[in-house]
Amino acid sequence: MKTQLTVLGLVTLAGVALAAPQTFDFKDPKGINSAGFKLDAPLESINGNASGIYGTVWFDPTNPGATKGRITVAASSLIVPNPLQRQHMLGDKWLDAARFPTIIFESKEFKNVQATGDTTTADVTGTFTLKGVSKELTVPVKLTYLKDKLSDRVPNQKGDLLVIRSSFTIKRSDFNINTGQFEDKVSDAIEINLSIAGASPK
Amino acid sequence: MKKTLRIIAVALVVGAMAFWTAAGANRGWTKTRVPKKIIDEVTGLEGIQWRDKFVPGVDFLGAAFLGAGVLAGVSLFVRTKSKGSKNQTKQ
Repeated sequence: MKTQLTVLGLVTLAGVALAAPQTFDFKDPKGINSAGFKLDAPLESINGNASGIYGTVWFDPTNPGATKGRITVAASSLIVPNPLQRQHMLGDKWLDAARFPTIIFESKEFKNVQATGDTTTADVTGTFTLKGVSKELTVPVKLTYLKDKLSDRVPNQKGDLLVIRSSFTIKRSDFNINTGQFEDKVSDAIEINLSIAGASPK
Repeated sequence: MKKTLRIIAVALVVGAMAFWTAAGANRGWTKTRVPKKIIDEVTGLEGIQWRDKFVPGVDFLGAAFLGAGVLAGVSLFVRTKSKGSKNQTKQ
């Protein structure tokens, strides 16, 4: 009886361990992770991206709907091709990167989860914080789980990869970024494209 | 002096136009960095690497035209020494 209980206990523990979500670290050693942004403007649209991305996502391949995570973008890593535009963008009238150095999205809930093979699509509700203003957003995401692919990307490191793609639009007026100002020069809408990969070493 | 200023103004416009055209005739703002797309073969992600490159835009052309305009404007106020006044000095 004692042996049976021990075996049952071990099996239960193994089951819990297998079902536990994996932790994916999104600090990318290859520097590919990118959060692109686009704002319409009269002469040409302002296109740029941010590469200072880090964060953690807890993902369970057997239960992708339970995914949780927090992704942070360093505001100082935002780049646009024109140096004066970049200076204005990071300045106190726009992003005020010195006072608000991070842009954060923290997920709360996954809805409309559809999993096909290693790919999951869902609508994620979470808190988006920009320039010190936090708002609840629901954004579409596509997660791709790449089992045992970490060594293909980072030699001598075994583990899994999780790729997250998302495109959504926010309004700068919602985040106190020059609200109602210069709308004839820079659109209120900001299109964001997130393409990031995280690693879960074994 | 008058003639020299005008020649410099014309050279500035022509030089700026030639440089702007040679650099790709960018009708947007001047850029000091350009994005280069890189693809990660494992994840399929498309990343961006920025490389330093000066690409003159319409603001560059505008500054050159403004500079040329100022030079041409200044040339209007520069007095030309008349032959008569030279002769008077000689006498």
